[in-house]
Amino acid sequence: MSDAIAVAGLGRRFGAFHAVRDVTFAVARGEIFGYLGANGAGKSTTIRILCGLLAPTAGRAAVAGVDVAADPEGVKRRIGYMSQKFSLYPDLTVEENLDFFGGAYGFAGRELRRRIDAVVEETDLRALRGAATQSLPAGLQQRVALANALLHDPELLFLDEPTAGVDPVSRREFLALVRRRVRRGATVFLTTHYMDEAEYCDRLCLIYRGELAALGTPEELKDRLMKEAVLEVRTGRPLEAAELLGGLPEVRGAALFGESVHAVVENPDEAVPRVRAALEAAGFPGALVERIPPSLEDVFVSLVEERDRREGEIREVRR
Amino acid sequence: MNARRVLAVARKETLHVWRDPRSLGMALAIPALMMFLFGYALTLDVDNVPLAVWDQSGTPESRELLSRFEGSRYFDVRLGALGYPEIERAILDREVMAAVVIPWDFAARLNASPPAPVQFLLDGSDANTATIALGYAEGVARSYTIEDAARRAAASGVPAHAAPLELRSRVWFNEDLESKNFIVPGLIAVIMMVIAALLTSLTIAREWEQGTMEQLVSTPVTGNEIIAGKLLPYFALGMIDLAVSVVIGKYLFDVPLRGSVALLVASSAAFLVGGLSMGMLFSIVARSQLLATQLALMITFLPAFLLSGFVFAIGNMPRPIQVATHVVPARYLVSLLRGIYLKGVGLEVLAGELALLAAFGAAVLFAASRKFRKKLE
Ligand SMILES: Nc1ncnc2c1ncn2[C@@H]1O[C@H](COP(=O)(O)OP(=O)(O)OP(=O)(O)O)[C@@H](O)[C@H]1O
Ligand SMILES: [Mg+2]
Repeated sequence: MSDAIAVAGLGRRFGAFHAVRDVTFAVARGEIFGYLGANGAGKSTTIRILCGLLAPTAGRAAVAGVDVAADPEGVKRRIGYMSQKFSLYPDLTVEENLDFFGGAYGFAGRELRRRIDAVVEETDLRALRGAATQSLPAGLQQRVALANALLHDPELLFLDEPTAGVDPVSRREFLALVRRRVRRGATVFLTTHYMDEAEYCDRLCLIYRGELAALGTPEELKDRLMKEAVLEVRTGRPLEAAELLGGLPEVRGAALFGESVHAVVENPDEAVPRVRAALEAAGFPGALVERIPPSLEDVFVSLVEERDRREGEIREVRR
Repeated sequence: MNARRVLAVARKETLHVWRDPRSLGMALAIPALMMFLFGYALTLDVDNVPLAVWDQSGTPESRELLSRFEGSRYFDVRLGALGYPEIERAILDREVMAAVVIPWDFAARLNASPPAPVQFLLDGSDANTATIALGYAEGVARSYTIEDAARRAAASGVPAHAAPLELRSRVWFNEDLESKNFIVPGLIAVIMMVIAALLTSLTIAREWEQGTMEQLVSTPVTGNEIIAGKLLPYFALGMIDLAVSVVIGKYLFDVPLRGSVALLVASSAAFLVGGLSMGMLFSIVARSQLLATQLALMITFLPAFLLSGFVFAIGNMPRPIQVATHVVPARYLVSLLRGIYLKGVGLEVLAGELALLAAFGAAVLFAASRKFRKKLE
């Protein structure tokens, strides 16, 4: 069987600005494929091209074997899409929204009722059928949007930051629903900038400023960093510590992770005492320096920094 | 086009209208409001002009002249004045609009060396009404002169040479010469134009603004299905507005409807399709509710009001503007509705106008359908 999604040299320009540039990857059937990137990286642009909503300006993309530029309507019939923006009609109830989108896919009467009942069961929305959509909390609204995208049993699901702004519990529930669909044979393409969400994916594509920075399973991506090591540094003043660490010769990169600083070093056995000494000297007494296994975010940061170094650009201070 | 999908869009759009009491209220109140406002303001009939009289001569001749003013339905004598200060005050107080002053030597001049001057004073601050009132006054004076001359001729034994010419006017189609009978049908046309474009100018732009369009265009619904589905509920609303306007015209303004109701409905429906499609077109092009509404108001209201023949007769316009009115669709509806209302004429006369309206509707609908892209930019 052919790939669910096949993308080759895909690009999209807005005027002179390349929102997506020369992206190539393939997604196998039954995969959960994560598209990971910071704000403005080009995630939505890519997903819109794949859904036939936006014409590419370079390269090719085929979804379920259908070329997105040549037959966007053919793509639309086969996919379910959940856009990043609020995609439901706020003044309609949950049931009315499902009614409408079911009708938009050409279902009516008994068939429509059967599908709505099924999807409401699947997403556990029974109690909310008559609720005004705008009155629901974000987590439930996302679930209704998912139900909408599932009504016509699409082969492929495109989810654009489906759990943005949703609490971690709801996020896990949501991802469990998605997983269930995958077990029933669907393929999922989702964009995210949550690392924990990315860990759920079978494979990941890191996109940085419109370009593909890395591609592989979460484990493969983390393995690439095994030759380097990540030190977690805890002090009372993380911002200043990050600045100091970034200037040390043995540190390849330093970034803030909440209250702590992650420093990437090549030789941890030598680096740990030196980093401690440097911190003491600079007035950070009692700083904790500890080697930790790299997380996806470390991978992401180090890839980004490597790229920036290569391109000789000014490094962004990551928050 | 798939009927199920069109119906799904229509149902959803109906819910939007139903759930938004403000815009629903507006859609129903605007026609009623416009009927009241313009119906009363533009009714151009002037009768019962309040009048002051100052009879300095106090003769049978002068009383005869004054009785003619009193007997006229166009004048209402409110004040018998005794000097200019009193007349001036009455005009300033808006107690009267005009005054007749008969000089002390009126009867003598009339008998010795006619014509005898009579003064007619007018408040020119409302020039329109003043002009009309002046016309009425001249009419009263003329009929007095003619009869007086005839009487004198008879009395002096000179063979009565009758008035040289007698104009017997008879008004057809609007026998009472009531301008409301003329205004109301045109007003209905203007209301249809304005309300139609306003109703739909929001629909597509709203979906772009609230972000639901992205979801909508990701489904297999086609552009034509979206447009058709969105037109249906607003078409129904527009026909309700038509009914409201016709009922107000009939029962409040007492405007008789002579022609066929079916033809009235058919021409309004043809026109409504064009107007609604036009609002839709603005909404598609502008992608912003505010801009689309402003476009709809500017592009439909002014031409419909000024160039349709509703207020200003097209025949009195400068030549280039007359030519321009041919592209104002409201022009055809105004003449259709006037034909149906006042003359009771049918298709045999109005088919051309109706065909033009249908063509206009089809053209704008086609343009809207061509302009709508199921793509993001
Ligand atoms: N229609 C457009 N016209 C011009 N520039 C655009 C357009 N759409 C997106 N862009 C630009 O392209 C870049 C990528 O946008 P995109 O929406 O794909 O980012 P994203 O990765 O989805 O970001 P976010 O996490 O904020 O959703 C951004 O810099 C954005 O400003
Ligand atoms: Mg995005």
